[in-house]
Amino acid sequence: MMQHALALFLLIKAAMSGKDRPPRMLQVARFRYGSGCRTNRSLLSWPESSRGLVSFARLNFSKRLSFMTPKGIGKTFLWFLASLSAFLIPARVLADWEVNMTEGVTAVSRSIYDLHMTIFIICVVIGVLVFGVMFYSILMHRKSRGAKPHPFHESTLVEILWTTIPFLILVGMAIPATKTLIDIYDTSEAEIDIKITGYQWKWQYEYLGEEVSFFSNLQTAPEQIYNVRSKDPNYLLEVDEPLVLPTGKKIRFLVTAADVIHSWWVPAFAVKRDAIPGFINEAWTKIERPGIYRGQCAELCGKDHGFMPIVVDARTPEDYAKWLDEKKEAAAKERELTTKDWTMAELMERGKKTYERVCAACHQVNGEGMPPIFPALKGSKMAIEKDQIKAHIDIVVNGKKGTAMQAFAAQLSEVDLAAVITYERNAWGNNTGDLITPKQILEYKKTGEYKAADTESSDKSPVVSKPTVNEPAINTHQAGL
Amino acid sequence: MSEKDEAPVDLSRRTVIKTGLVAGGMFGFGFAMVPIYNVFCKVTGLNGKTDPNPYQYSAETAEVDTSRKIKVQFVATKNAEMSWDFKPSITEVEVHPGQVGELEFFARNPTGERMIGQAIPSVSPFQATNYLHKVECFCFTTQTLEAGEEKIMPLRIIVDQALPRHITKLTLSYTLFDVTTMGERTLPS
Amino acid sequence: MTAVTDTSSNEKPNEHHDHHGPAKGLMRWVLTTNHKDIGTMYLWFSFIMFLTGGAMAMVIRAELFQPGMQIVDPGFFNQMTTMHGLIMVFGAVMPAFVGLANWMIPLMIGAPDMALPRMNNWSFWILPFAAVMLVSTLFMEGGGPNFGWTFYAPLSTTYAPPSTTFFIFAIHMLGISSIMGAINIIATILNLRAPGMTMMKMPLFVWTWLITAYLLIAVMPVLAGAVTMMLMDIHFGTSFFNAGGGGDPVLFQHIFWFFGHPEVYIMILPSFGIVSAILPTFARKPLFGYTSMVYATASIAFLSFIVWAHHMFTVGIPLVGELFFMYATLLIAVPTGVKVFNWVTTMFRGAMTFETPMLFSIAFVVLFTIGGFSGLMLAIAPADFQYHDTYFVVAHFHYVLVPGAIFAIFAAVYYWLPKWTGHMYDETLGKTHFWMSFIGMNLTFFPMHFIGLAGMPRRIPDYALQFADFNMMASIGGFMFGTTQLLFLFIVIKCIRGGEKAKAESWEGAEGLEWSLPSPTPYHTFTTPPDVK
Repeated sequence: MMQHALALFLLIKAAMSGKDRPPRMLQVARFRYGSGCRTNRSLLSWPESSRGLVSFARLNFSKRLSFMTPKGIGKTFLWFLASLSAFLIPARVLADWEVNMTEGVTAVSRSIYDLHMTIFIICVVIGVLVFGVMFYSILMHRKSRGAKPHPFHESTLVEILWTTIPFLILVGMAIPATKTLIDIYDTSEAEIDIKITGYQWKWQYEYLGEEVSFFSNLQTAPEQIYNVRSKDPNYLLEVDEPLVLPTGKKIRFLVTAADVIHSWWVPAFAVKRDAIPGFINEAWTKIERPGIYRGQCAELCGKDHGFMPIVVDARTPEDYAKWLDEKKEAAAKERELTTKDWTMAELMERGKKTYERVCAACHQVNGEGMPPIFPALKGSKMAIEKDQIKAHIDIVVNGKKGTAMQAFAAQLSEVDLAAVITYERNAWGNNTGDLITPKQILEYKKTGEYKAADTESSDKSPVVSKPTVNEPAINTHQAGL
Repeated sequence: MSEKDEAPVDLSRRTVIKTGLVAGGMFGFGFAMVPIYNVFCKVTGLNGKTDPNPYQYSAETAEVDTSRKIKVQFVATKNAEMSWDFKPSITEVEVHPGQVGELEFFARNPTGERMIGQAIPSVSPFQATNYLHKVECFCFTTQTLEAGEEKIMPLRIIVDQALPRHITKLTLSYTLFDVTTMGERTLPS
Repeated sequence: MTAVTDTSSNEKPNEHHDHHGPAKGLMRWVLTTNHKDIGTMYLWFSFIMFLTGGAMAMVIRAELFQPGMQIVDPGFFNQMTTMHGLIMVFGAVMPAFVGLANWMIPLMIGAPDMALPRMNNWSFWILPFAAVMLVSTLFMEGGGPNFGWTFYAPLSTTYAPPSTTFFIFAIHMLGISSIMGAINIIATILNLRAPGMTMMKMPLFVWTWLITAYLLIAVMPVLAGAVTMMLMDIHFGTSFFNAGGGGDPVLFQHIFWFFGHPEVYIMILPSFGIVSAILPTFARKPLFGYTSMVYATASIAFLSFIVWAHHMFTVGIPLVGELFFMYATLLIAVPTGVKVFNWVTTMFRGAMTFETPMLFSIAFVVLFTIGGFSGLMLAIAPADFQYHDTYFVVAHFHYVLVPGAIFAIFAAVYYWLPKWTGHMYDETLGKTHFWMSFIGMNLTFFPMHFIGLAGMPRRIPDYALQFADFNMMASIGGFMFGTTQLLFLFIVIKCIRGGEKAKAESWEGAEGLEWSLPSPTPYHTFTTPPDVK
């Protein structure tokens, strides 16, 4: 009912403003509050021309200031009132508006949602009663209306009553809560085990027993974060490689961390588990519907805590099996790539991608870092001097103790390692012309030795060709071993 | 209050001493929470922390319960600062309760320096922690590897016959930490 | 009692009742052992800290005004959230309550001063140094603390900036100051009550503070222990919280919250006392259920020791543990409910007027109750899996702390300002301050319930687009609330400088020994104990 009232309200408002067509207003409103972290609804319906607060995140800065106009402020306030009233309306309507907890797509998430709503409604009822009495006396028992104080100040009976009744209400709340909790702590065997490891600031997923494992990084481009480009609809909630899970199967998550405490949270599953370095935590879920489900790290884990989202791509068991096979094939192909002869251009292209995905969070896209914690790579000794190549490989592969520099040996493939090192040695005017191949990395990983490419090619390394970020010059020499 | 007869200064002094002792005691209690917590973890298996001492193998406990099989899963995590290769030879064994499960972990130090590592075990679900015994484990002490050195480290485990029936699968996780700066030692119990 | 006003202080010497007034100049403040001077300094200190922490909140809200990074980098944002929390808790709220205790407890129980005046001077003068040390970390290499006010290990140990050592010392100093203040308050209340002032005749403010002081001496040392262990982990190679050395990061959370949960009650119990003094005054009838209020406060204090792990429902506690902490937490609602019902009944069938202290107190009851409701929801362990570490939690604790602690402190200041300065404050400005604060506060924190439920984690400098509108509202509300506090500063200064003369019993219907003294209170009061009937 309230929903209709709101629709009416929006219609009238739209008619009055004479600009936005009513249906679109509704549509926009639904998008804004309807998307949540929950599903990947069609985003094409986003009306490019919509105005005001609703779409302001997509507009550029000067346009955003439009909310400062009186009309904008009015809009803000009305939205606020609308949301306030939304707080008092039944669950069904709230779910559409996403000012509320998601119902999610698992049995557990639904029972948590029901619990949440039950207790919320109990609170509202108590609130109405208590505040009702209070506002009644504020209105009626004021001195200005000639009220005379009645100096009663004690009643054991009343005190006993308002101790016992709340206690009973609490018992009523605790019973369903206990039931749900027991469900959550179910330890029966799962069909699929996923190990989740939190890193500063990404997640690693391992499909135990399947030999499939990968890292999942934020994919939102820095240009969007720093307001150079407009923001995608899934701004900050997009990763390069989502966790793919089957529906209808019991999945067990083994959650741990490799540095500080993180917390793996997907609201649609109502799974939130702290990832604690050194220890392993367990949670489980059984997804009912295919879809894209988004979440975020929920425990402060340092600088980029806000930039390590979680995306789960739930598929039917058949699609999941297909994906798993493809994934294994791709991994085999990736291994093959290691032995391939790479050109400078190929490595630079791949290196740029890898760098921006993995390294740029600390060392920045422009290679200037954030000294003193995250040193600059641009012009740094290690990245430009020939005799430092081994040290450069070592720091990327093995990390540096006592600093934020992690060991990337396990996180990146040989190809990616070679590409990113090559990129760092040739980007931002570091034009060394050095080309590091996946084979050299593999060799380094095995023996701890770096062997320069044969003299012919390394001697003739084309310093003149000046590779740049945008147009890496092609090294004509294939750096074979 | 009979104490009221005394001068307020003396009374105050007494209060200061009493409350000061309480404060000092609570400071001590903060530290006492460390062993209390450890005992609590041991009893409940909280955090899946296993017994840091070798399990005493004896004939009575060795009786094998062939009526059921338990899957034991092994996972290895490296702390972000740790650059060793570290993995189990097999990722899962199936054993009867009471039967010894054997496998190896492989470790290699790819760096150019001597390093000391410490593997921290953790069992999930933690209700099973106290039912997973380690007869032999590389986690009882630190492991030292010279530059480039590799090592095969045996692990022998027994699942207790008293493991609750509803648990059919356990995960034994090891997280490898770089403890070079702390030196070689055995894990405090 | 002519209005010759010393602009540097809240009260002036009163020649009629006094053989000697305060010393002159700066040294008066450095060396003072007078409870009123020290109370004044505490209050000014806490107000400066309130503005400092508030400025940081403005930085936070400005960054969160819209999606994308605009003003600060994520690292500095974390320093802001951390310092905002630490400063508000340890610098603003706690010292403000100690200041009020210093001023009012001797006046309320008929004591000439605090029991340990020299220690009183010490416990105040530690504070500015601790605060300067804490704030100075922001300018050190690597920046200030950036691990949240809860400073979970190993983010605050292995991965912490070098300035953490100074942060630890600052916490130690703040802790020592609080413990000394608490001991002083206990000694005063237990030993210096006027003849006839039995325990069950004490005003509730005194009662709640007595209980708070016991909480302080019980838990501040535990915090000191926790930061000492951090210090040892960082510098002396121990492994209390380092899993690699056989320690456990979760242990830190247990120790921290063993301190932390009673700590949040430390920040609310004195407010209960304040409101229990103000509501009866302006309803012109006695507090309903005095005895039950005392017992309720004591039960809340007791329960606060056995609920700490409800902050840690997601770390992986055994089922039995979760159930225990859930039930214990739910139980807190019972005594808290009793208090709210008593306040409402106190107002019922009174003859109410709505001066500024009353407005703040009523807002306290309403908004604190809303915060209590969300607390009840958070107590439900399974639901907490969804709420934990989201903006819903931020909304919850700001609803209990801003109206709970800050509004109560405002109410107390307005209520006793005439007693301190001898002047009535400007009622119109006071009401303006109230309404601006009330609207600003709700506009800031109410939308946070929605974005929290919709899935926005706390302590993030940037957020997904669906949270944009509510964040902007919250920021607008935040700026409104923040700037309004400058008005409060103006009102207080104006009141110190002059205004309508306050009567001894500044409010019609005010009860208590403090109102038997002239306004402003003489520098020395109750040198001969009053008679309490």
